[in-house]
Amino acid sequence: MTESFYRRALVFTNARLWKLVHIDILLVGSILLLIGGGLFVLYSASGQNEAMVERQVFRLIIGGIICLALAQLPPKYMRRASPALFVFIAGLLVCVLLFGVGAKGAQRWLSLPGGLRFQPSEIMKIVMPMMIAWYFSDKQLPPSFKQIVSVLGLIILPVLLIAKQPDLGTSILVAVSGIFVLFLAGLGWRYILGAAAFAPIAGYTLWQVMHDYQRQRVLTFLNPESDPLGSGWNIIQSKTAIGSGGLYGKGWMEGTQAQLDFLPESHTDFIIAVLAEEFGMLGCGLLILAYLLIIARGLYIAANAEDNYARLLAGSLTLTFFVYMFVNIGMVSGILPVVGVPLPLVSYGGTSIITIMATFGILMSIQTHKRAR
Amino acid sequence: MSRRHQNFRNYHQEKRLTQRRLFAAAIFVVLLVVILMARLFYLQVIEHELYQTKANDNRVMLITDPPPRGLIFDRNGLVLADNRPIHSLTVIPERVENLSKLKDILSDIIDITDSEWEDFDSRLKEYRRPYQSLTLKSQLSDKEWAKVAVDLYKLDGIQVEAQLTRYYPFGEAFAHAIGYVGRITPNDLERVDRLAYQGALFIGKTGIEGFYEKELFGEAGLSKVEVNARGRIMSELESQSPVPGEDLHLYLDARLQQYAYDLLGDYTGSVVAIDPATGGILALVSKPAFDPNLFVRGISVDDYSVLRQSKKLPLFNRALRGGYPPASTIKPFMALAGLEYGFASWTERYFAKGYYQINPDGRRYRDWKRTGHGWIDLERSIIESVDTYYYQLSHKMGITPIHNFLSRFGFGKSNLLDLNGSSVGLLPSNEWKKAKYKEPWYPGDSVNVGIGQGFMVATPVQIASATAALASKGHYYNPRMANMVGSQPATFEGDKGGVHDIILNDQRNWDRMTNAMKKVITDSKGTARRLQGTDYEIAGKTGTGQVFSLQEDEEYDSDKLDKRLHDHALFIGFAPAKNPKISVFAIFENGGSSSKPADLSKQLFDAYLYDNYPAKYDYLKGRQ
Repeated sequence: MTESFYRRALVFTNARLWKLVHIDILLVGSILLLIGGGLFVLYSASGQNEAMVERQVFRLIIGGIICLALAQLPPKYMRRASPALFVFIAGLLVCVLLFGVGAKGAQRWLSLPGGLRFQPSEIMKIVMPMMIAWYFSDKQLPPSFKQIVSVLGLIILPVLLIAKQPDLGTSILVAVSGIFVLFLAGLGWRYILGAAAFAPIAGYTLWQVMHDYQRQRVLTFLNPESDPLGSGWNIIQSKTAIGSGGLYGKGWMEGTQAQLDFLPESHTDFIIAVLAEEFGMLGCGLLILAYLLIIARGLYIAANAEDNYARLLAGSLTLTFFVYMFVNIGMVSGILPVVGVPLPLVSYGGTSIITIMATFGILMSIQTHKRAR
Repeated sequence: MSRRHQNFRNYHQEKRLTQRRLFAAAIFVVLLVVILMARLFYLQVIEHELYQTKANDNRVMLITDPPPRGLIFDRNGLVLADNRPIHSLTVIPERVENLSKLKDILSDIIDITDSEWEDFDSRLKEYRRPYQSLTLKSQLSDKEWAKVAVDLYKLDGIQVEAQLTRYYPFGEAFAHAIGYVGRITPNDLERVDRLAYQGALFIGKTGIEGFYEKELFGEAGLSKVEVNARGRIMSELESQSPVPGEDLHLYLDARLQQYAYDLLGDYTGSVVAIDPATGGILALVSKPAFDPNLFVRGISVDDYSVLRQSKKLPLFNRALRGGYPPASTIKPFMALAGLEYGFASWTERYFAKGYYQINPDGRRYRDWKRTGHGWIDLERSIIESVDTYYYQLSHKMGITPIHNFLSRFGFGKSNLLDLNGSSVGLLPSNEWKKAKYKEPWYPGDSVNVGIGQGFMVATPVQIASATAALASKGHYYNPRMANMVGSQPATFEGDKGGVHDIILNDQRNWDRMTNAMKKVITDSKGTARRLQGTDYEIAGKTGTGQVFSLQEDEEYDSDKLDKRLHDHALFIGFAPAKNPKISVFAIFENGGSSSKPADLSKQLFDAYLYDNYPAKYDYLKGRQ
């Protein structure tokens, strides 16, 4: 009897069974872990707003459906569609600049009939690595200098379009997702070191083209106390929330910084500060562990992917996901400037949930469509 | 070349390349996570206490609840300083939807003056606790209150608040004695606990209100509250109720005070009455005065400049700070000094001419009576107020014994215990003149001091308390206003205490001097003989203080002189002479003849001793 129980349990975890429905159970498990914890924190961060949590759950379900749908699509179709998708989305980015709508001086959305709006730059986060991976799919690695230059050209165009909206956070993530492909394709170390040496000059150029509010963010990052009630407020309050949480936190829904509204954007970009205040360093550690599980699984999938396209794409998407998390926690804890990147899968709202879930769909597709050896 | 290579692509090697890169990336990921964790460790463990404090500073706020101020009562339990509920229109700016529109909306409902708006706008710009209400219009009339109340529901952030304000029901006669409270200035906050006064509307400025501020104020209630980022109070963490201020019971008799004030008529001047048995001040009048209620909520610039510019100086407290020559009222003290040091005796006779000369050909110090008084003794020098007797006496004594003796009576000292700002007057001495004029003391200087003129200056409170010491036969009290604070005898930090005994070489001289002063009234030549006809005995002494120096041979002709140069008229006295219940000092500035203060004193004695006030003062009776 016990034997049959174990057999049935084995059937449940049987990779072959899950492969049939194109689900990677380890990836899904880690994602559910993160999402569950995230909703728990969101309930507190939103001020016990159940409607808000419900909307978030709804968004996650939509994301989940897209994830499962994409998982059914074999990578080769994705590869074939990549260039067309890239051109299409790049075209939409041009449209955003021409007819886009937005708020706070930024123009990021396209209006669709029926009152819907969507953000092409979000989709570019996925399409960019697809395009670059496609570019390398029929070429021998490592890339030649000429190829590197062409790839950089492919990257720079949409990045500039997004930066022009202006949306610094997304443009950096899009650029990073393309560059990761280049890196995984075997970009020579001398280029990497050369670029590192070139960075200060690039930084200066970037400073010159930045908008005032973007410069302000950098300045505030460098010295938040210079304007404690103005632009420095967010970062001072988030550091206070994190620091006052201590090792074990003040308890769920007991965080004074979050509950008394001292912490701005507490349910969106700064939600990690709520977690840090209420669950302490322990809670943060567990959250980061959940991310690491997802990232480790993503890197494993990439390493074992079937072809160059799948490998490069899976690796880049996973690393971009990590950058998301790192930039968010880095900015909230005050080691990076505030660039407006949400904490993936935990922050409330945003199109990012959909694109991130799509990312996982692609990863599962890559993992589950491998020909059996 | 690349094309050729393509034919020989080593897929396995390419896979290994990417896998190596993935591995490198994984190491990088771990490295960055370590950095994040190190950052969190720094914030959450190393700097934890700093941020814990910051978070508490954010959310915990102390707010104060001002205590009700202690009341001030006269000796008969009449309230002289009261707390009155008023209704004020207040605004919580955070709750008002559109502050700039407020003006239009409110102007339809209620009249608010431009200066009230200016006041409001300026206080809006100062720092304040969020969600703290600001007064827009204080003391709404019932009609205004009703109007606002009806329309209040549509006005977010506007409310009618009940507050306690200070009210002085009897106005100006009491202004210099009770003082007043006024709006708290930054200067005031330097000397009190800022936190305690956070919600207070006013603070004691002058008089009793100023001196006993600590006792009257009480202890502010303090609550620790939790606020959100917008300053709204979410919950109360701890609270401590306010302790009401202590009530003050004064020695002051409200009817005597008001009566004395009225009896001064249109004259400027001062009256101070003291109970010789206790040193308690029964009346402390300085005229003209002002309505202390003007100051409570902050006096308007217009009202203040009227008071400041008035030539009669209504804001000047003459009783405490008025420096007057005591004139002939000093003579009883001077005579006692002469007796004490053996320069005079009751039996020795003196021929009083119309003048006194230090040297045969020197300056003539004139007597008020041109023809002189003839042969007199010490007693008669008091009765008839013989100037030449005191010229010669003080000339003989010199300044040092005079200085030493008079200072035992509180001259030249700030003797008033519980009111701030009293002047020390001037009791001259050798040393003083050397320091001030770099000149020695001349015999002529003593001669002038002998009749309470020259350098000598005293305040009404000083002369009154010296008179009380005469009345009590040397039982000298530093005068004080307050009898009880709450249920305890009034005392305060630095209280010098009340009493010392002036022991004369011959203690019988007290009675003899009282006798002489009785004869000032009863004798047919007494300078206050107009006070005859009372059922009780009055002891007194008149005085006329020169404001205007006459030349040696010039005649004082009041008709020719500007009224402001008329002599000051003074009187000291106590009654009943045998067992005095009240002693009085009164001065009519430029009153001319001493009959005015003498009459006033008699009327006060009549009223006080027999509870025989004019009926119009019944409202000041208290609950006796």
